[in-house]
Amino acid sequence: MENTLIKTVDLSKTYKVGDIEVHALKSVNITINNGEFVAIMGASGSGKSTLMNLLGCLDMPTSGEYYLDGINTSKLTKNEYANIRNQKIGFVFQGFNLLPRTTALENVELPLMYDRLEKVKNHQKQATDALIRVGLEDRMHHIPSQLSGGQQQRVALARALVNEPSLILADEPTGNLDSVTSVEVFNLFQKLNDEGITIIMVTHERDFAAFAKRIIEMRDGRVIRDAKIKDRLNAEEELKKAIAEAEIAE
Amino acid sequence: MNAKIILKVATRSIMKSRMRSLLTALGIIIGVAAVVVMVAIGDGAQRKVEEQIASLGSNLIIITPGASSSGGVNRGMGSFNRFTFDDVDKIKNEATLIKGVSPLVRSGGQVIGGVGNWFTQIQGVSPDYLDIRTWALESGEFFTDRDIMARSKVCVLGADVKKNLFPNDDPIGQQIRIRNTPFRVIGVLKAKGQTAVGTSNDDVILAPSRTVLDRLSGGRFISSIQVSAISTDKILAAQAEIKSIMRESHKLSPGEEDDFTIQDQSDLSETATETSRILTILLASVAGVSLVVGGIGIMNIMLVSVTERTREIGIRLSVGARASDILVQFLTEAIVLSLSGGVIGVLLSFLIAYILNNYTSQSALIKPQIIMIAFGFAGAIGIFFGFYPARKAAALNPIDALRYE
Repeated sequence: MENTLIKTVDLSKTYKVGDIEVHALKSVNITINNGEFVAIMGASGSGKSTLMNLLGCLDMPTSGEYYLDGINTSKLTKNEYANIRNQKIGFVFQGFNLLPRTTALENVELPLMYDRLEKVKNHQKQATDALIRVGLEDRMHHIPSQLSGGQQQRVALARALVNEPSLILADEPTGNLDSVTSVEVFNLFQKLNDEGITIIMVTHERDFAAFAKRIIEMRDGRVIRDAKIKDRLNAEEELKKAIAEAEIAE
Repeated sequence: MNAKIILKVATRSIMKSRMRSLLTALGIIIGVAAVVVMVAIGDGAQRKVEEQIASLGSNLIIITPGASSSGGVNRGMGSFNRFTFDDVDKIKNEATLIKGVSPLVRSGGQVIGGVGNWFTQIQGVSPDYLDIRTWALESGEFFTDRDIMARSKVCVLGADVKKNLFPNDDPIGQQIRIRNTPFRVIGVLKAKGQTAVGTSNDDVILAPSRTVLDRLSGGRFISSIQVSAISTDKILAAQAEIKSIMRESHKLSPGEEDDFTIQDQSDLSETATETSRILTILLASVAGVSLVVGGIGIMNIMLVSVTERTREIGIRLSVGARASDILVQFLTEAIVLSLSGGVIGVLLSFLIAYILNNYTSQSALIKPQIIMIAFGFAGAIGIFFGFYPARKAAALNPIDALRYE
């Protein structure tokens, strides 16, 4: 089995702002295998968001190559990009990005609607299963404004999972959440990772990066550090600790 | 994405902002209702005119004596060369493109009988006359050729005459006196209604032509000959045929002018329908302007909607929607909006037509074609004015759309 999920070769991205060229990404070469849990860190402007956009096929590189699941994406059309986003990638955003005034279930069904292969016949059942996976079976018919931040992010995660992607890309997934809720979300990420889903997330906080297995640090559009995490945190244990602390505080 | 899902998504987002959708569609509702009602009023007026013309008779050709012109002095219609029964018989025997022919001898006078007396006109005609004028009997029977030759003193009453002389009784078999000549009533005509100029068709008594000529008009001539062609498309050919028969009958040499005039109803109906058609076009084009304004309203709201829903578009793109999916979604929304506006507009126009027909003197006729045209227009406006906003939505870059605040 091909174990490499992602391979970039001299991946570069240059934006033009007026007459000035901004080199957001300069010759990035990374390889990520199936089943990894990678945290990408870096200050703002380090190019980590640009890298995420390229890895997520939301944007096209200026030069270089990006192989996802053995496919050279540099040669694909916009529509094929859309198909890759639909089939292989699930997104989780900082701002949740759920459709307002639309129930959790309908939000989760959204990617299935754009599945041209129509792998899934019963959209509702598939979406319900995804919501059960994130523990929201009793909130399926709530609209986002009736849900807490943590619940909204779990709906977003269920939406990312519904097409059974090989890769989940999370952009500051806990940026809008308090620390206990954040740990809950990481707990979910770790469980999904244990089930074999590759996760790449961007985060500001070193504490949260410790939930991942590997850390990639970026600065000025280049990778400056790429290392395995030695003292990996277990979200479930951290959660127990946090709850215990809260009880003591009371 | 199949059509069912596309429609579901479109209706869902329309229903999410009901008030705004209704206001957007209002322009189309009013536009469609205005177009349909205006055309219906025009068609209603046209139908009235057509009915009046049809009441004159089907495929009717009227031959009137021509003007006599001697030494440059035109003495007016009917001043010369009145028709005789020979002319009528010639046409009847020789013409091949006609269904029926009848002389018309006009007379008039006081009629006494039944409950009182009544002044009316008396027309001397042949048995073909009923068919020529597409008239029918209410009761009794019509006179025959034998009655004509025998100069029988029998008559058939028009509905108005019957109403005035015999309001409650059956007039069949009764005697009436027309200018002191006794006549036996043998039939009553069905009511025919108004003529094109507003007088009643039913204020008349029909009697055998020769009887009227000898007994009532004092030997005056036949005032016109009425003929019905075998079909509408044979009217012109029948006219030509009658013309040559009449010329021969009147012994006109090739260079001489006709001493009679042949007319059909097409001149009359053409003028009348042309007038009402111009009216319809005028009304419909004014209403059409409001339909276009409604379309611009849709474009306006859709443009606002695209800006407002930029983030939604970003989300859809990020989960795998293609630019074409977004285009189709917004286009469908515009079309659904304008078509449902069309449906409501048509329903509204039915209501207005109902009110016009039942509570005003104006008549409105909604033809199926105009509904199809109004729908077609509404749909076309949805596509035309929805395309630009939809294309704008589809051109969005997923990253920019997702970051849009």
